[in-house]
Amino acid sequence: MLIRVRAASDPRPSEITPEPVYRDRRRFMMGAGALALTGAAGSVGLAPGRALAATADDYAALAGVVESPLSTDEDPNSFRQITTYNNFYEFGTGKEDPARFAGRLETSPWAITVDGACAKPGTLDAAALIADHRLEERIYRLRCVEAWSMVIPWVGIPLAAVLTPFEPTGSARYVAFETLEDPTQMPGQRSRVLDWPYREGLRLDEAMHPLTILAVGLYGRVLPNQNGAPVRLVVPWKYGFKSIKSIVRIRFTEEQPPTSWNMAQPSEYGFYANVNPTVDHPRWSQARERRIGEWGRRDTLMFNGYGEQVASLYSGMDLTTHF
Amino acid sequence: MARLTMARRSSRDRLWWWAVFVGCALPLAALGGWAATGDLGVNPIETIVRHLGDWALRLLVLTLALTPLRHLTGSTRPVRYRRMIGLWAFAYAVLHVTAYTVLDIGLHGPTLVDDLTQRPYIMVGMAALLLLIPLAATSTTGMIKRLGGRRWRRLHRLVYAAGLLGAGHYLLMVKADITQPMIYIALLGLLYGVRAGRWLAGRPV
Repeated sequence: MLIRVRAASDPRPSEITPEPVYRDRRRFMMGAGALALTGAAGSVGLAPGRALAATADDYAALAGVVESPLSTDEDPNSFRQITTYNNFYEFGTGKEDPARFAGRLETSPWAITVDGACAKPGTLDAAALIADHRLEERIYRLRCVEAWSMVIPWVGIPLAAVLTPFEPTGSARYVAFETLEDPTQMPGQRSRVLDWPYREGLRLDEAMHPLTILAVGLYGRVLPNQNGAPVRLVVPWKYGFKSIKSIVRIRFTEEQPPTSWNMAQPSEYGFYANVNPTVDHPRWSQARERRIGEWGRRDTLMFNGYGEQVASLYSGMDLTTHF
Repeated sequence: MARLTMARRSSRDRLWWWAVFVGCALPLAALGGWAATGDLGVNPIETIVRHLGDWALRLLVLTLALTPLRHLTGSTRPVRYRRMIGLWAFAYAVLHVTAYTVLDIGLHGPTLVDDLTQRPYIMVGMAALLLLIPLAATSTTGMIKRLGGRRWRRLHRLVYAAGLLGAGHYLLMVKADITQPMIYIALLGLLYGVRAGRWLAGRPV
């Protein structure tokens, strides 16, 4: 695989960002001026997105990030879009709740327990994980099960490179993941919207696929808390809810592990959750999606456009029943 | 006729009328303000559609609260603005559906057909809007006279069904957190319960 190593003189993605971020900041200032105009609106509900304008500059840059040929050449969404509009129910069910309430999450130190069907169970330290592996920028499409999508410049490590040293045994067929459970840091967990902790899982071959990464950064910088700091999964051909955030446990299993959304609503959210425009969510269509930042809708692509790389994983499977 | 009624209104009445009018218009103005300053958030279409739907439902619930409020306070003032608030609720509902069909799905034919035939939350929401149409159409004083108070009142009981369908539409749409729709359903339950209690006691509802 061809990996282009970035020369020191090349601009880093993080150096390219500040322009839109700068515009966002200006708009924020104008917004503050307009506060008087819509002041009465305060009684009517806060303006969306107000006071959430953190910039990429607020986050530490990651060293030695290399580009990846697996990245899409589509334009990434802005730092602001990616960090102020997402689902992370541990901080509330509103799209801006993660940006508002994830600040109290303590991400350092952070340990990830790796156990189950493997020869060398152990613990991963998030800081060591970042220091010990070559970091790759992976610009991926993300398709949410709610029919919106983004293009996100993650910084990550192939999951296979992280898991292999633990030597999964021959009987390991799945990998189960768990998010931190701590209602003092994650206020959304005080409400039982989902059965905490958040759980996700992959088949071992999906976990070991070159597209599957553990993301530790965004736009060349450390991952903001609301996006799943310090370590999250990214599986770009599956609906976003599969890409579990703020991981504290990884376990190799012989049986298919229970997963949060499937447990909550088995008829609506399957274990596989591959992006599939031909299999609708029981309550809404999955044929089209809104790319955040665009007005119209675009057609959703099979496997979110990653079919060439991943379709063979599911050959012979009925994707209508294994949705 | 209208001029005569206006003439009999006290300045306090006019103040109230304008306060209610401005109150109902404010959410729409806020939306305009956010659009002008680029404050509609990261997903502007979603913000617009949700905001209009929220206010359609809020004002609909408010119209249903006015009669119980009259019984509670003994003042007839609340019900005097029921028509205006009801028409505003209808306006928000129409704008909500328009924003959805034009802005959100971009008048995409297959999606529209699919929505109207296969998506229960869309069908239930559309039913709520359909029930509001005859109510808005017969809201004028002339129509009340033409229908006769008795028939008009009977027709306008459709609003009870519209309220439930509106809240049901919301409930069928949410993914896991049913708090918000359940608040509307609880409020409607309370308001309908109060009416049922009065009806059982043989008092006007």
